[in-house]
Amino acid sequence: MSGAARRRINLQRVPMIVTMVLFVLMFGSGTFAYNFSAQVFLNLFIDNAFLIVTAMGMTFVILSGGIDLSVGSVIALTTMISAVLIEHHHWSPFAVIPLVLVLGAGFGAVMGAVIHYFKLQAFIVTLAGMFLARGLCYLLSIDTITINEPLYTAISQHRIELWGELFISWNVIIALGVVALAVFIAHFTSFGRNVYAIGGNERSALLMGLPVARTRVLVYTLSGFCSALAGVIFTFYMLSGYGLHAQGMELDAIAAAVIGGTLLSGGAGYMIGTVFGVLILGLIQTLITFDGSLSAWWTKIAIGILLCVFCVLQRVIEHRAAADKRGGGNASGKLSEAKSAADKTVQPVVVSSHAAPMSSPVFAAPQGNQA
Amino acid sequence: MRRGPRAILELRRHSLVWPLLTLLAIIIVDCFVNPGFLHVGSRDGHLFGALVDIANRAAPLMLVSLGMTLVIAVRGIDISVGAVVAISAAVAATMIGGTLVIENGAPVYISKFPMVLALLTAVVVAGLCGMWNGALVAGLSMQPIIATLILMVAGRGIAQLLTDGQIVTVYYPPYFFLGSGYLFGLPFSLFIVAFVLAILLGLTRFTALQLFIQSVGVNPVASRLAGLNARALTFWVYTFCGVCAGIAGLIISSNVKSADGNNAGLLLELDAILAVTLGGTSLAGGRYNLWGSVIGALIIQTLTYTIYSIGVPPEVNLVVKAIVVFAVCLMQSSAFRAMVFRRGTALGAEA
Amino acid sequence: MDLQRQPVLEMRGISRSFPGVRALHEANLRLHAGEIHSLMGQNGAGKSTLIKVLTGVHAPDSGEMHLHGQCIQPVSPLAAQRLGIATVYQEVNLCPNLSVAENIFIGRFPVSRGKIDWAELNREARDELGRLGLEIDVTASLDSFPVAIQQMVAIARAVSMDSRVLILDEPTSSLDDDEVEQLFSIMRGLKGRGVAILFVTHFLDQVYAISDRITVMRNGECEGEYLPAELDRMALISKMIGRAYVAPSEAAAAEEKRAENARDSLMSVCGFGRRGLMQPLDLDLRRGEVLGLGGLLGSGRTETARLLFGADKADSGDIEFKDGIHNNTRPFSSPREAIRAGLGYCPEDRKTDGIIAELSVRENIVLALQARRGWLRGIPLKQQRTIADRYISLLGISTPDAEKPIGKLSGGNQQKAMLARWLATDPSILILDEPTRGIDVAAKQEIMEQVLALCRKGLSILFISSDLDETVRVSHRVAVLRDRNKVGELAGSEVDEGSIMQVIAGSEI
Repeated sequence: MSGAARRRINLQRVPMIVTMVLFVLMFGSGTFAYNFSAQVFLNLFIDNAFLIVTAMGMTFVILSGGIDLSVGSVIALTTMISAVLIEHHHWSPFAVIPLVLVLGAGFGAVMGAVIHYFKLQAFIVTLAGMFLARGLCYLLSIDTITINEPLYTAISQHRIELWGELFISWNVIIALGVVALAVFIAHFTSFGRNVYAIGGNERSALLMGLPVARTRVLVYTLSGFCSALAGVIFTFYMLSGYGLHAQGMELDAIAAAVIGGTLLSGGAGYMIGTVFGVLILGLIQTLITFDGSLSAWWTKIAIGILLCVFCVLQRVIEHRAAADKRGGGNASGKLSEAKSAADKTVQPVVVSSHAAPMSSPVFAAPQGNQA
Repeated sequence: MRRGPRAILELRRHSLVWPLLTLLAIIIVDCFVNPGFLHVGSRDGHLFGALVDIANRAAPLMLVSLGMTLVIAVRGIDISVGAVVAISAAVAATMIGGTLVIENGAPVYISKFPMVLALLTAVVVAGLCGMWNGALVAGLSMQPIIATLILMVAGRGIAQLLTDGQIVTVYYPPYFFLGSGYLFGLPFSLFIVAFVLAILLGLTRFTALQLFIQSVGVNPVASRLAGLNARALTFWVYTFCGVCAGIAGLIISSNVKSADGNNAGLLLELDAILAVTLGGTSLAGGRYNLWGSVIGALIIQTLTYTIYSIGVPPEVNLVVKAIVVFAVCLMQSSAFRAMVFRRGTALGAEA
Repeated sequence: MDLQRQPVLEMRGISRSFPGVRALHEANLRLHAGEIHSLMGQNGAGKSTLIKVLTGVHAPDSGEMHLHGQCIQPVSPLAAQRLGIATVYQEVNLCPNLSVAENIFIGRFPVSRGKIDWAELNREARDELGRLGLEIDVTASLDSFPVAIQQMVAIARAVSMDSRVLILDEPTSSLDDDEVEQLFSIMRGLKGRGVAILFVTHFLDQVYAISDRITVMRNGECEGEYLPAELDRMALISKMIGRAYVAPSEAAAAEEKRAENARDSLMSVCGFGRRGLMQPLDLDLRRGEVLGLGGLLGSGRTETARLLFGADKADSGDIEFKDGIHNNTRPFSSPREAIRAGLGYCPEDRKTDGIIAELSVRENIVLALQARRGWLRGIPLKQQRTIADRYISLLGISTPDAEKPIGKLSGGNQQKAMLARWLATDPSILILDEPTRGIDVAAKQEIMEQVLALCRKGLSILFISSDLDETVRVSHRVAVLRDRNKVGELAGSEVDEGSIMQVIAGSEI
């Protein structure tokens, strides 16, 4: 129907589409240059399963207009608690895993409640959370604890054969399950839409009667849960608990969300975009490894550049959107379209005789006061 | 509402009361743990002792906190300072390098470039990093935390690029003077801090910088209407923060006689933010307190020292810091104060 | 219109005070089903307070509200909404990033088998909008539509919740003619469905085009309830400002006029405007005169002031100074330039645009002067104190000392401090936008006297006030604005309320 309207939606999706195209191009050139096999693609999932799970939680938080800096250290704490309980106290994994998941969710819930009810900035509260979780790791132990528990090693080493030589790990299955669930929550539940609403305009969300408090606390709970689950996956992956695990992971998760097209001010973004964001981060690493001549630190520089490009892209899109609305011609075009529809259904009413010709000739732009 | 907040407001007026009391409390604890804590001795004309050591080690943090204070005052945040520290250290270390040459039978250390040039370059590069942040924040109106996140991620990569991924060791004794030398019996690094602080205090005293920064921090819109150039101000504040981080990087690398792109200044941004908050500057911007930030940095360093001397693993420091951040934030939260002092009138609830 | 019916909503004897201000005093309002009821009044007449009481933002100090004959006491906008009282504001309170359909139904999504039924949602949304005569892509995000459509979506949301009372608070302020007409057809449709609509606007044309009845408010009281046919424009305006047409005294006017022509021009602007904000206008400001800007709220008074001062950049027009303080004819691109050229501007919204609340009175006073001197040449503290103290005593700012945070002073004293800020820069032109708003009578009087005294010393003043009486008393000349357009200029003997009212109302003088 409205061409301009459709273009606006596309505008919102542009970063995600750019990311997808970029991924395909990068992977294509990798295939061309280094003979990537299909397994390389699957390895991206195997090696980044925990990041995918973390980034899902982070995307929800950013969508709601917040940020969670504690995810990396919650992952470390999860590996640590798991390792200590299993190796030192000989708990069953079936007790340990649910326990760490509950702890992670609880940790997030407390941070969310503090942020909402005390009206504190999310980044400073989660920063404190980050310190706390890392510190707790070291309280448990400052050394690496290797896990030799049979179930963990079995899951860690199990290869799920696909066709031919190709395989994935259990972690990939879990991560893909989380992605599916995240997409469902984001797009098919009231909670998901409330998250978008709060990110779009919190004041409006309140005035529209949405449960802002509950949603915000739940968002951080979800992020805590995702981090804990990522911690479980990370434990499967590394088979150890260590306080230095997943250092800087919060940045990777934020970067993945931003590169995947999630608007940092909240309210716009897609879970699938974030998955591609993670894949691109993984691919950069893979390419640099394959190349051999490039050193590892190029990863960081490349991620920084990507982050910068996508942030600027977001600003440009916001400017364009604002300019779109300011441009009078465009807007009135849409309106006349809508208006003609209106004329069909509503009977014309004779303007009262009091009205001297509807004089106000000015008021060209629909947006009156842009400061 | 009646008495409590008013008393608190009165106390908050004297903005240095809380930071000083905190510092004092930690020092008292230290005195119990280590009876010789307050002892300051003199050896070869150098003062030594726990207090001197703490002050010396706190110098880089004090510098970064000073820069961060101004950034926070204009409603910003700079989480890239740690990376800038690494970059500046890398620049200085690679430019100086240093080799031992035997000249006329005496060992002489020679630097690759003149040391002054290396130091200047490092500080200029750090300033450019600050300008980059400032351009993103003031020019493109990006959220400060995101704008500086970019450099935080890429900066360490750049530092490693400069050092080729190695830990660059410096063999050039004159350079070590910055971080571990003594002047008039006191660590030289303290003179650097004093110099920067003096410049800032001088600017505060003789120029309108403080007035402008606080105006922009409290009300950017009204400030513009009163004729201030808020954007330019913000830009230069970020630049200054970069320069501070750069100098801190020099001190740090000189102190450890090397530059490590990965670990130099790690988590320094967090400590700096913490120091600024502890010093009584609100994260919401506006009123700032330079002396408070200096004291805040001293509190953090003393805390670290205390934890070491008590004998718990130093990493526990993080837990303590977390609790301190929580406590300080809660004290700054008006919703929390209202809740406590009004005894749970549901103010923040279901807002 | 059957006035004998039981009203849907009745507010009786509503009073509400804020510290220092009596916003509402024994105000009454009756709304009937199926009518469009306009609420008129000057700035500060109490309209918005009345609406805030009705929608549960403020609790009334006294008085009662009845909905369908039952006493109600909404405690929040949400509670009011649940009672069936919905409000649509000038700024649309929806989520711009969500789709149109979501915005109508969020919080009440149709769910089937545990998930949102998007097909059903979009269908219902299309139905709901269809009933308002609007056919748009309900899956497009809200911010892809102009404000007019967004407002209609907000109305659709309100109506879909079975609201029986719909408050439209200045919905037309940012709409163009076509959009207004479309909004009106929707309002008529709703009226036909028995919804009671309370319509707040500043546009007289619109009031007469759509209203079934008009309630006029003034000074927090209800002046009266009228049928449009009984109340012509002149009568409406005089009821709003509380004064009837008074013939001017001839002799005094002739005297004034002679003095008027003697003054020489200081600043003249030509074709000054900005697309979407203000139609191009010409103004001529003479040395030592007060030029009033007349016109109702929303007529473009503040916009004109901001353009002149460079707060918003004019995209057309020239500016010329007679004594060469500003050398080229380009409009100012920032307040900084304007201040350098000798302008000062006391903005209308003191809290957000004027004071720096946490800083002291002294700092607030010296700010503009210091900004003009640049950051490097700081004014020594001692001199700052002298300046602050001088203006504190000159303007009678009541504060214990110059170091008190300005946010803690009363409105009148804050305003005086703003005046002091500009006087300290020794300006040649001062723009005062609503300098007496929200200030008690005594302070008002003082400020007005200060303004006149300054003028006698050669300062030129551009004066903006919603209080027509005030404008007439201080102004030598008055430029009259209507609908963001300059429609007339009155000088000397012509400056009286009646003439201004006539120009505002759009009839010939």
